[in-house]
Amino acid sequence: MKEIGSLLTLLFLTIPGFAQEVEMADTMRSEGKIYVVVSIILTILGGLIFYLYTIDRKATRLEKKADEFSKK
Amino acid sequence: MKSAWWKILAVLLLIYTVVGGLLMEVPRLVILNESIRALYFHVPMWFGMVVMFLLSVIYAIRYLRHHDPLNDRISAGFAHTGLIFGLLGIGTGMIWANYTWGTPWHGDPKQNGSAITTLIYFAYFVLRGSLDNQEQRARLSAVYAIFAFAAMIPLIFIIPRLTSSMHPGSGGNPGFNMYDLDSTMRPVFYPAVTGWILLGVWIASVRIRIQTAEEKILDHEYERNR
Repeated sequence: MKEIGSLLTLLFLTIPGFAQEVEMADTMRSEGKIYVVVSIILTILGGLIFYLYTIDRKATRLEKKADEFSKK
Repeated sequence: MKSAWWKILAVLLLIYTVVGGLLMEVPRLVILNESIRALYFHVPMWFGMVVMFLLSVIYAIRYLRHHDPLNDRISAGFAHTGLIFGLLGIGTGMIWANYTWGTPWHGDPKQNGSAITTLIYFAYFVLRGSLDNQEQRARLSAVYAIFAFAAMIPLIFIIPRLTSSMHPGSGGNPGFNMYDLDSTMRPVFYPAVTGWILLGVWIASVRIRIQTAEEKILDHEYERNR
């Protein structure tokens, strides 16, 4: 029983070990620098979407103007 | 802002895509490594392109049935947005390929197929630009849009699956099996696809609305000066 127990412990200890073998940006994540990247991309996305929103409002204004024109 | 809920949904989904796509757990695979996250951004470009072109062909058929110039403008607007998605898909794919396949252009059947598709749609705009008569332009480009869409399906969905391709899901296998072994990527991937498609519809709709309003103003001025 003891052998099986130690074998299982060994197995559970090595499984995460196998997973770590493929190199990922783990250091960058542990340092928290990934949040810098996330916030930069979110800023760009937010800026572009805000720009699209202003163009959308401009389109609404133009539509109103066109409707007034055709009523005249 | 006309009925804004789906635009807000698009924004929320895209924010979630960036946060979840960069922070959530992904499968650890050799060669791909951390670049597997590009799937959340590169593949939705193609989904976006196909949906935009599908909407374009639907409105092209509607134009041929009803001859409403609005249908022509909608069809062209979606084709335009779809082409942007396609170019972004090729660009992001080339960056990704450079680091995982070794070269930006591998001559992969899916790369070639998507390149031909974008060229076909470039020709669509050349056709539109070369005709002055509005009715003629609308009719010819509607017919062309149907052929362009019909050419796209074998180019990016069928041929790459018949031959060997570096893209996953080629050579007879269905789509995403390689990535979806543990389904860890689905919770970000599907919202990402939905978000990008909604953003594409939003961009196209703004373009179409501006053109429609301009046409209205121009028509009115033409009537008044007659």
